[in-house]
Amino acid sequence: MNQPYYSTANGARRRLTVFTFASPRNFYHLAGRLIPWFAALGVLTGLAGLAIGMLVAPTDFQQGDAYRIIFVHVPAAWMSMLIYMAMAGWAGFGLAYRTGVSSIMASALAPTGALFTFLALWTGALWGKPTWGAWWVWDARLTSELILLFLYLGYMGLHASISDPRRADRAAAVLALVGAVNIPIIYFSVYWWNTLHQGPSVTLGKAPTMAPAMLAAMLLMVAAFWCYGIAIALRRARCIVLERHGSAAWLRRRMK
Amino acid sequence: MLRAARQLMQRDLLLALRRRSDALMPLAFFLVTATLFPLAIGPDTRLLRSVAPGIVWVAALLSSLLGLQRLFADDHADGSLEQLLLSPQPLEVLVLAKVFAHWLTSGLPLLVLAPLVALQYGLEPEAMGVLWLGLLLGTPVLSLLGSIGAGLALGARGGSVLVALMLMPLYIPLLVLGSSAVVAASDGTGSAPHLMLLGALLAGSLAAAPWATAAALRIAHE
Repeated sequence: MNQPYYSTANGARRRLTVFTFASPRNFYHLAGRLIPWFAALGVLTGLAGLAIGMLVAPTDFQQGDAYRIIFVHVPAAWMSMLIYMAMAGWAGFGLAYRTGVSSIMASALAPTGALFTFLALWTGALWGKPTWGAWWVWDARLTSELILLFLYLGYMGLHASISDPRRADRAAAVLALVGAVNIPIIYFSVYWWNTLHQGPSVTLGKAPTMAPAMLAAMLLMVAAFWCYGIAIALRRARCIVLERHGSAAWLRRRMK
Repeated sequence: MLRAARQLMQRDLLLALRRRSDALMPLAFFLVTATLFPLAIGPDTRLLRSVAPGIVWVAALLSSLLGLQRLFADDHADGSLEQLLLSPQPLEVLVLAKVFAHWLTSGLPLLVLAPLVALQYGLEPEAMGVLWLGLLLGTPVLSLLGSIGAGLALGARGGSVLVALMLMPLYIPLLVLGSSAVVAASDGTGSAPHLMLLGALLAGSLAAAPWATAAALRIAHE
């Protein structure tokens, strides 16, 4: 049978399974090799996306040039929700299989997710002022984004206030999963409560209602944010591995 | 199994009866908070009537957060929680018994007090009835979701602020549906859908919360 192989830090070939990278050592090595690629790809797509978005994309006939913040706002909002789901997924995986690295990944994603949530809120306020005439309105999507920020803060707060990292991982994982179950409920309750936000510009299975250059710029920015998110989360995860496994023999050998 | 649950509930109720001030404090807090708002925003009856549902719900939510910490903390401190974890009975059922006892000592008195507060704000009898029904369906959800937070906060340094930070986002659907039910009743659009959704929240959290709480308690005792 043709099994996929993985070559470890010291050149040995090991069989690749789902749990290969659950070993902190393999993970540390793999993350170290992936980070430069994602970082470079993120910078490239980011520059291309900003260039097309700022210079090539046409001016909107209703909103003027103010709309151009969409190239940061929409990708940030997507990432904020996606990262919460990824975080809950990793946390749940760590809870079920007791794989420490999955939990490390979850706690490494949380600050990035919170950052994107904050960015989406901030750019939304900057966009709202010229188009709606107010920095903040109590609209369903804005409010649920704000609640998402609180969910991130709760997760990080709980994780930070339990001293034993393993226990912190597991307790925070329960909270992340409860939050993930609640997100749709929160979204719909707030949606019925009030809505003013413009409909989504890009929906799967429907022709997008925007110029091709705008769409290209936005997709490039989405790619850039993905790459940034992956690179920075892996970097943070590597730091956490260093913190937790600093006394392990393989790390000490590497650090010499 | 049911006998164990009943005995645990009786024990918790007896404890609450012996330490009455613990259970009464959040109620006093509820009354005081609800009284502060008219003093802050002025005695205009129309304005008060329109903000009353929101204020009653926020006050109920805050007062439930206040008493939550003690749901498991005392048992954790004196070791009886460990006995519950070691017992052959399913932990989820025991958690449910404790949560029910907590609701009897925190949610039920709130239901008695809520009409008084509603009178303070000059709510119509019909709106008051809907508010009361909403609280009847909603306060058990407060206790159920709260038990997850109280379980997770065991052994954490944050204390009650941490519990509040964790639970506030989860309480939001309750707050929205509870107060909009009263608004819908007073403007004549019908409060039945809101109350039904509150009932759905109750059914959902009744089914799911004990498991999450039990998992949290097991993690706290690893």
